[in-house]
Amino acid sequence: MQIMITVRMKQTDYEAIVAHARKGLPNEACGLIAGKNDGDVKIVEKVYLLSNPDSSPEHFSIDPREQLTAVKDMRANGIVPLGNFHSHPATPARLSEEDIRLAYDSKASYLILTLADDPPALKAFGVAGGEVSEQGLEVVVS
Amino acid sequence: MKLTVTGNVKEYADGLTVAKLIELEKVETPMYVTVSVNDEFIASGTFEETVLKEGDSIEFLYFMGGGQR
Repeated sequence: MQIMITVRMKQTDYEAIVAHARKGLPNEACGLIAGKNDGDVKIVEKVYLLSNPDSSPEHFSIDPREQLTAVKDMRANGIVPLGNFHSHPATPARLSEEDIRLAYDSKASYLILTLADDPPALKAFGVAGGEVSEQGLEVVVS
Repeated sequence: MKLTVTGNVKEYADGLTVAKLIELEKVETPMYVTVSVNDEFIASGTFEETVLKEGDSIEFLYFMGGGQR
């Protein structure tokens, strides 16, 4: 039986991701999510709004130096990496072939925000062995 | 010798290379992992020849990227 993972984040973190994505237009925006694992629920406690060195409306990558700084901050705050997010400025919130091909961490949640919807839709996915599974995504008012 | 690997202090044999450490730590999809030693990024083509020393701090980072294509 497949385990259903749910990613839970605060409304303020969702809003921060949306603002970061809009600020990055016309390019894709990206970042990391970190927090705690509670059984099948990933509780996001901190969102890292990072730059997109690709500066592209169709592609993103996370700067390894920013990633390293974020990982150290997570450790200092007693939280763990949960995954990453990026925006799709004009296409739906689904993993593209490129996203799947570059999803190397089977334990990570891959969040995609589409700015094509209003309000912007945020979805979470897992990728293992090239197989995609949609995860639950809960946005809670804190 | 003692190394700090992803924040955990562990004991390893002297002369350990980055490539061997990746193997010992069972790093998933190692071909797509970026390695830093004491905050310096190691070129992937030099993992076999990069020898670690007492007190080094090593991080494994997965490349993260994608796009809407």
